[in-house]
Amino acid sequence: MLDVAYLIPAFPLAGFVILTLLGRRGGDPRAGWIATAAMAGSFLCAVSAFLQLLGEDHEHRTVVKHLFTWMEAGGFRVEAGLLLDPLSVTMALFVTGVGTLIHLYSIGYMKGDERFPRFFVYLNLFAFSMLMLVLGDSLLLTFLGWEGVGACSYLLISFWFERDSAASAGKKAFVVNRVGDFGFMIAMFLCFGAFGTLQYAGIFAGVEEAASTTVTAIALLLFVGACGKSAQLPLFVWLPDAMEGPTPVSALIHAATMVTAGVYLLARMNPVLGLADDALTVVAVVGAATALFAATIACAQNDIKKVLAYSTISQLGYMFLAVGSGAYVAAIFHMVTHAFFKALLFLGAGSVIHGLHDEQDMKRMGGLKKWMPVTAGTFIVGWLAIAGVPPFAGFWSKDEVLLAAYEKSVLLWAVGLVTALLTAYYMSRQVFLVFYGGERWREGKKERAHGAHGGGQPHESPWLMAAPLVVLAGLAVVAGGLNLPFKGFHYLEEWLEPVFGENLHQSEAAGSLKLTLAAAAVAAALAGIAFAASTFLRARRNDAFEPAVLKRAWGVDGLYSALIETPGRALAAFSAFVIDRKVIDGAVNGAAGLVRLGGGRLRRIQTGYVRNYALGVALGTALLLGWVLVRTGV
Amino acid sequence: MSIDGSWYLTLAAVLFTIGAVGLLVRRNVLVMFMCVELMLNAVNLTFVTFARMLDDIGGQALVFFVLVVAAAEVVVGLGIIVAIFRRRVGATADDLNMLRG
Amino acid sequence: MTSALVLAATKVDLTVFVAAAVMVLAGAAGVVISANPVHAALSLVLTLFGVAVLFVAQEAHFLAAVQVIVYAGAIVVLFLFVIMLLGVDRQENVRRDPLRAQRPVAVLLGLASLAAIVLLAQGTDWVTGAPSVAGPASGPGANVEKLAESIFTRYLLAFEITSVLLVIAVVGAVVLARRSAEPPADDPADDPADDEGSIEPHGAAVDEAPVP
Repeated sequence: MLDVAYLIPAFPLAGFVILTLLGRRGGDPRAGWIATAAMAGSFLCAVSAFLQLLGEDHEHRTVVKHLFTWMEAGGFRVEAGLLLDPLSVTMALFVTGVGTLIHLYSIGYMKGDERFPRFFVYLNLFAFSMLMLVLGDSLLLTFLGWEGVGACSYLLISFWFERDSAASAGKKAFVVNRVGDFGFMIAMFLCFGAFGTLQYAGIFAGVEEAASTTVTAIALLLFVGACGKSAQLPLFVWLPDAMEGPTPVSALIHAATMVTAGVYLLARMNPVLGLADDALTVVAVVGAATALFAATIACAQNDIKKVLAYSTISQLGYMFLAVGSGAYVAAIFHMVTHAFFKALLFLGAGSVIHGLHDEQDMKRMGGLKKWMPVTAGTFIVGWLAIAGVPPFAGFWSKDEVLLAAYEKSVLLWAVGLVTALLTAYYMSRQVFLVFYGGERWREGKKERAHGAHGGGQPHESPWLMAAPLVVLAGLAVVAGGLNLPFKGFHYLEEWLEPVFGENLHQSEAAGSLKLTLAAAAVAAALAGIAFAASTFLRARRNDAFEPAVLKRAWGVDGLYSALIETPGRALAAFSAFVIDRKVIDGAVNGAAGLVRLGGGRLRRIQTGYVRNYALGVALGTALLLGWVLVRTGV
Repeated sequence: MSIDGSWYLTLAAVLFTIGAVGLLVRRNVLVMFMCVELMLNAVNLTFVTFARMLDDIGGQALVFFVLVVAAAEVVVGLGIIVAIFRRRVGATADDLNMLRG
Repeated sequence: MTSALVLAATKVDLTVFVAAAVMVLAGAAGVVISANPVHAALSLVLTLFGVAVLFVAQEAHFLAAVQVIVYAGAIVVLFLFVIMLLGVDRQENVRRDPLRAQRPVAVLLGLASLAAIVLLAQGTDWVTGAPSVAGPASGPGANVEKLAESIFTRYLLAFEITSVLLVIAVVGAVVLARRSAEPPADDPADDPADDEGSIEPHGAAVDEAPVP
């Protein structure tokens, strides 16, 4: 059974190969349809796997499909196989599902781009890598996918590489991710050293006997990797810059899938984390801090995509807060709902940008509700979901996270609550600036010459782009039903139970406590919305709420530049001009110079005069005689 | 008292040294050649001395051959000198320094 | 009586040795010091004659004769021929050596070698008691007989080879000293760009040296 499981990653891989071979002949929009078909095929296989697993009972829901032996070197043996269990199938489902929708959207968004086929080549490659990441049965396969998505992220962020900012953003993403990957690699080495294998099954079997320092070290190092990939403090700096890529990329990679890889990794390694309480605390604290930090920055951003980028960082912080509190199901739940509403928000933002002909500054938008009703409607659904307004999906998942945080530490819960308030505030600010209020885009429009379509006014997006928006909006509404806190509705928790087992934190809170916390969350959300409405809806803007330090993201980039770039440049200059030129070249040239000098001196022996040479012979004779004298002891 | 063989040896040694020093110091090619002859004579004297000391006629036979070879060497050597220095009047050994490094 | 004769004999020996030694060394010094090559050749004759006397004193009569005939009679004459052929009047400047280190180092090395040889000669035991290879030098019979016997029996091959060597030498000398048919146009040894050494760029002016 599950023989078709290998098709899940195979479809996008095939799409990648076909599109690469077709090259430019792929065509606009045919290349997009091929890629979307590959993703749809993968989604159908994922659904089939899901249904098959659903038909089994709990103990049999973990299946390992062995594909082939990848490497064998001495005692080190790596098998390549797919691990199909509730967690990986869940991930595969929403990756392929949301992925298909975004592929469809991209056909409309990227229309007319001169490198249209290449975009889909990269997207399919990304999908393959992401699926290998979630379906791999060993840390090594996960790492393969991890690196693959990192590479595709780089390729896609700098897709419009003629722009210096895009090219630099791509490099920045790759380099910062590398820092995290370093932690991941060391964790893999420790795992192999402690357990002798990198397969999950082997690791989980041996985790009980491992030393607690090893386990804590592995957990913390994996978290370092997760910080890089999922943009937590202090490695979050690449995500806002990654908005240079096309909006579908931002939606797929930097909202729904790649950035959740870190959360997936920690969830997958929950047996290891379960034995390292200190590491879990660190994860929770960093997650909460990141959530608050990013939320504050989002309040002062003017670029429509940057707001959403910081919002992603903030929501990822929530997920790590849940993981750190032991509530893995809450983290996965929030991941799924977040995938839906964040992808929806990003695609909606893309729709706005497309409709306004590449305008991204919110201060130059406004009043678009009547020009782009579908976009506006779906965006509003996404807004309500992220703000945590019941009965939309975000409320249910965020509430579970906050409950788990409360049971870990009241302080963490308080941070989470403030963040929820700020989230509601800045998202409301965004909605009010973009869709309501005066039509600020009219000013300055006259000077700008216009592109292919429209007459200088914003227009709604074509069905290719609008349909995914509607689908995602629907999901954002009903996804809360996955894991309602009422008895009998814990679908997700039951489904994921074989994966987490005892490591899952079970809440022992009384129903009244839960209700109080939920009410507090809703109150915070409504307060944020109200505050934003009073400021932005009535167009009474106060720039004190958007201080420059927040605009510059607390100067973190500048800090890194001073801490790392300046000494790095100094070191490079030192190495180049001092060490390389003076020491190494000096040594090499000096050796040559020494030889030349020696040669020049020795040359003087060759005077050309026979008598001098005869003198040399005489000298040799005298020495020989002396030697004979010494030897005979006279 | 008979003259000890070592006296002859010492005399031969001194003659040899004078010949060697002369070879190194003189610049006229013919005089250098004559110094070579001095050295050869010193060697001859040594051989004859040993022939007497060791009561071996082989030493004298060897001197015979040395004499022959010295003669042949002088002939060829002087021929070369004539060939080289025929055109340069008053040339000395120091004038042939084209192999200077 | 016997001791007096012996004493007289040794006195004569001593006298002869000393006189011969003086001749040898004086001649050698003359060769090395004379500025004029003809004077040097004549000093060489003196040395050769002294060496011949020493041969006689050592009972090597044949060799003494051959020394005078071949060396002093033929070789030195050959030297004198070449000196005359290549110019007599050139006197080398013996006061100063253009190669400055040459003279002192040469003397030093000479003295060092002399000291070493003398020490070796004094301190080493030469007589091993082994029987002679070619036959005794002393004993009845003339020196010539003994020498001839060893050369023509034991060292016959060497004798034949030296005769071949003499033939080669004669042929070689004729070939070397022969003047070529026409004077060569450009001898690379006479390159005028050579800044030191060549006195006359082309030998055309100075070819026929006067033959006495």
